[in-house]
Amino acid sequence: MSVTDKIIAIVAEQAFLEPKDVKPAATLEELGIDSMALVECIFAIEETFDVQVPFNANDPDTQQFDISTIQTIVLAVEGLIAAQKT
Amino acid sequence: MNRVVITGQGTINALGMNVAETLDAMSNGTCGIGPLEFDNVDRLNIKIGGQIKGYAAQDHFNRSEISLYDPFTQFAVIAAQEAITQSGLNFSEEKLADSTGVVLGTAGGGLQTQDQNYRAVYEAGKNRVHPFVVPRLMNNAAASHISMIHGLRGPGFTVASACASSNHAMGQAYHMIRSGMTQVMVTGGSESMLCFGGIKAWEGLRVMSPDGCRPFCGTRNGMVQGEGAAVFVFEEYSHAKTRGANILAEVIGFAMTSDADDIVTPNKRGAASAISRALRDADVSADDVGYINAHGTATTVNDRTECAAIRVALGAAADKVMVSSTKAMHGHLIGGTGGVELLAVIAAIKDGMIAPTINHRTHDPDCDLDVVPNTARQAKVKVAISNAFAFGGLNAVLALKKP
Repeated sequence: MSVTDKIIAIVAEQAFLEPKDVKPAATLEELGIDSMALVECIFAIEETFDVQVPFNANDPDTQQFDISTIQTIVLAVEGLIAAQKT
Repeated sequence: MNRVVITGQGTINALGMNVAETLDAMSNGTCGIGPLEFDNVDRLNIKIGGQIKGYAAQDHFNRSEISLYDPFTQFAVIAAQEAITQSGLNFSEEKLADSTGVVLGTAGGGLQTQDQNYRAVYEAGKNRVHPFVVPRLMNNAAASHISMIHGLRGPGFTVASACASSNHAMGQAYHMIRSGMTQVMVTGGSESMLCFGGIKAWEGLRVMSPDGCRPFCGTRNGMVQGEGAAVFVFEEYSHAKTRGANILAEVIGFAMTSDADDIVTPNKRGAASAISRALRDADVSADDVGYINAHGTATTVNDRTECAAIRVALGAAADKVMVSSTKAMHGHLIGGTGGVELLAVIAAIKDGMIAPTINHRTHDPDCDLDVVPNTARQAKVKVAISNAFAFGGLNAVLALKKP
């Protein structure tokens, strides 16, 4: 499974959707991910990829970790995985 | 209905080992938050808190007491001793002891005892724990020990409503004296969650600040935990008057509401309704309120919601009321927080000392009230209220005035 597929699976589970209905361009809001589901997604990402996601629910818009769409999350997670390998 | 006054107060928290030290720190805008010191703190992302520094249990208790008292009980017992001493009450009188109870608030109870003993059995693989683990960790341990130490034989129990526990507890104490059920109540709250497991759990929720508690500030980024206790002596007015007690303040109203909405996100309607009902219960108008000790956790959503709720409840009077969150100084004591914050409410009523909201750097248009930024003020206050809005949507507001 690619990073994208794994993240889609995580978000799909929280959004009660089938993975095929979660497109990379979709925003979390469009998928119906609320603040509680969001912190559960972040937790699942950390567990799946064994990374530490810099995320604080108090200012989700102003951080290094871009959660605007599935695609931006994938890029950010790939960045975290790469940073861990160096 | 009986009138209820406060004739004693006691505390131990990050700002001081007693009331005098705490109020001195509040009036100077001292910050009690700093680096946390305990085992495995290096494995936390959040490494700051309002920890009581320079505290050693053996300075206050003997070995057999320590084996029974979790830190949350130790803090409550210390605070209760100060409050009862100040009240001057003598519980060797049989009738008074029968009519005096203890109601305390806590959220985590003996959390440190649980943390240590889980480590022992799971991490260290031990197969045996100390015989007093259960009486040490139970949430009512603090209330029971205060009752035993001082021989208080009236109603005794512990209230758990997360961050509103202390206010709910003091509300029960107030109602009991008001209704005539008891004459005196020892009440307040205590918390001691500053250990690896306690902070790790909070970290998971992603609402903690890594660098400081800045309520109502444009730069705020979350809450910071504290620890400690504050305990008060509530007394029926004529009983206090007859014995010539030093009355600190009068409790004139209390209200509680539930958001019935979300398990963590606060709701403006529930908070506003608790404030309005407390004022109605106290039979005062919004214009009478000079000071509000806010819940003010410094999370983005709490502070914004609380300010909006104050506007709904107070209307035009919201423009002139002073609102501060002392959590920036002592941290969020969770179940004990309403206790420590009542000290600031009493100081406003009694001495006109308005504790500031420290760490305030930039204005947030969503928190457009007089938040008493950074510096304490001197002002006459007729009525003051204390807000507590808990996870789970449980709200509790107390109203006090000069007797």
